Amino acid sequence: MNLMMLLEMASSGMGERVAVQNEGQALSYAELFRAAGHAAERLKASGSQRLAVLDVSSLAIPIGVFASAYAGVPFVPLNYRLTGAELERLLAEISPAMVVTDPERVEALNALAGIDAVSRDEFIATSGPDPSGEWPMDPDEIAVLLYTSGTTGAPKAAILRHKHLVSYILGSVEFMSAGEEDAGLLAVPPYHIAGIAAIASSIYSGRRIVQLPNFSAERWLELARSERITNAFVVPTMLARIIDALGERETADLPHLRALSYGGGKMPLTVIERAMKLLPTTDFTNAYGLTETSSTISLLGPEEHREAASSNDSVARRRLVSVGRALPSVEVEIRGADGSRLGPDERGEIYVRGEQVSGEYLGRDSSVGADGWFPTRDGGSLDADGYLFLEGRIDDVIVRGGENLSPGEIEDVLLEHSAVADAAVVGVPDEQWGEAVAAAVVLRSGHTPTETELKQWVKDRLRSSRTPERIEFESELPYNETGKLLRRVVRARLLETP
Amino acid sequence: MTQLKAGARLRSAVCTTEVMVILAPQVEVDLTCGGAAVHSLGSDPPDGLEISADAKDGTQIGKRYVNEAGDLELLCTKPGEGSLAAAGAALVVKGAKPLPSSD
Repeated sequence: MNLMMLLEMASSGMGERVAVQNEGQALSYAELFRAAGHAAERLKASGSQRLAVLDVSSLAIPIGVFASAYAGVPFVPLNYRLTGAELERLLAEISPAMVVTDPERVEALNALAGIDAVSRDEFIATSGPDPSGEWPMDPDEIAVLLYTSGTTGAPKAAILRHKHLVSYILGSVEFMSAGEEDAGLLAVPPYHIAGIAAIASSIYSGRRIVQLPNFSAERWLELARSERITNAFVVPTMLARIIDALGERETADLPHLRALSYGGGKMPLTVIERAMKLLPTTDFTNAYGLTETSSTISLLGPEEHREAASSNDSVARRRLVSVGRALPSVEVEIRGADGSRLGPDERGEIYVRGEQVSGEYLGRDSSVGADGWFPTRDGGSLDADGYLFLEGRIDDVIVRGGENLSPGEIEDVLLEHSAVADAAVVGVPDEQWGEAVAAAVVLRSGHTPTETELKQWVKDRLRSSRTPERIEFESELPYNETGKLLRRVVRARLLETP
Repeated sequence: MTQLKAGARLRSAVCTTEVMVILAPQVEVDLTCGGAAVHSLGSDPPDGLEISADAKDGTQIGKRYVNEAGDLELLCTKPGEGSLAAAGAALVVKGAKPLPSSD
């Protein structure tokens, strides 16, 4: 099992179709297959043990993913915003490595030991003798090392082996299922699991990838219209910005956009409801997954979105904030703190099992149990029909006087208040309770509720133990570039302001 | 007869068909393509074999082939003229149950 098998099939089954395009550049499946082979030969000749890309999206990303698979070395997409000591530490960890990057960074990176830096254009244009046509078949070889965002600490590299990624694709995508006119807009950065998964699944389904290197809502809308985009994936912050850019319009005027999927963070109900109004004929899909699970493990599909949005039944409506049901190839269950399996609607930790689940980090023991189950560290519950509801990271749970409180539940209630634009709830040290509930709130312009009013709002809807003892008003909350709330920054700010 | 393993790649001895094993039964299987036993990819099949006239329906790239019991599933990674069979019974194309695209 090797990712190259997917590209080889695409190349022989639909070689002339456009696989990927970026501004004026494009590659067909057959061209991508050849380019990966040439880059693989160069990689092998260099003696590099990894292929890293420190750059925005370009044709070098798909070429790099498959060249690595071809050469049998891990592909390492790095966050292009990294600089200085943090970057040097990561590069030292992955050296000897070839690093594909922006032309302006080549010289400085080449000065580092064990780093062979190549500009993106030079890498894309790699030529030479004909590639061998053979790649490793060992399914246990590492395909991708993905440094996770590290919202709670130092970045660590998740290991995704060929068997994980190929299983994910074979379990969720049908070969050549996309039509000739289908095009997917890829706006997530290449160092995000969704960016890697999108390359593999688009290539296997035969859907043209249109890369958007630096996301802006205006550029996204422009490309979606000019390239007649049929499919796109966005993180919640992207969708919120797209909606903002559409302003007071009644429709989004994206007649070709058949399907819009989202994931990678918690989607505010107001954003998804507004998006569904602006795009009444578009199919919405909510996808939940982790880097360690090779992307998606559960889905809330288009029909479920429509049913939930139009229903008066509270159980069906609530499903709009669920992440749907497990993929057929994946099992999900909820376990309590003692490891026992919990029943419907009971809240605990989400465990997942399946061929696509890696659960491994570089230099650490695997966290997958002997029974194959991986503890995600995400809290959640399953309803009686198998719909999964997320409750945030287990590590973010606030323990107040022995009671476990989920920040997400309190945030949801705050967000229901018409004056609240955004809210983050964290635990802060408290002498009496161990931890106390504190909230950082961003107000909508023109609204000036008092702290007391918001506390009463929460108290009226949740138990008093869940009412924030402190609420600070802020102009905005800290997010990383893929839309993950940085709770440690929220907590640090709250601790600074007595 | 061969004990198949998920992930294993096989080739036909009489046509260009190649498959990957997605699901394999616990027992050994007599798997043929074009009427002749399949081989593991990378090994050389014996010379002089010919495609059987009653096993020439062909294979299609990207299709999944299953047996009646549902415990054998193969993915065709390269198409060919021969057709696949297990224990003499033709394998059939598995109907796709498409999931909404999530990325």
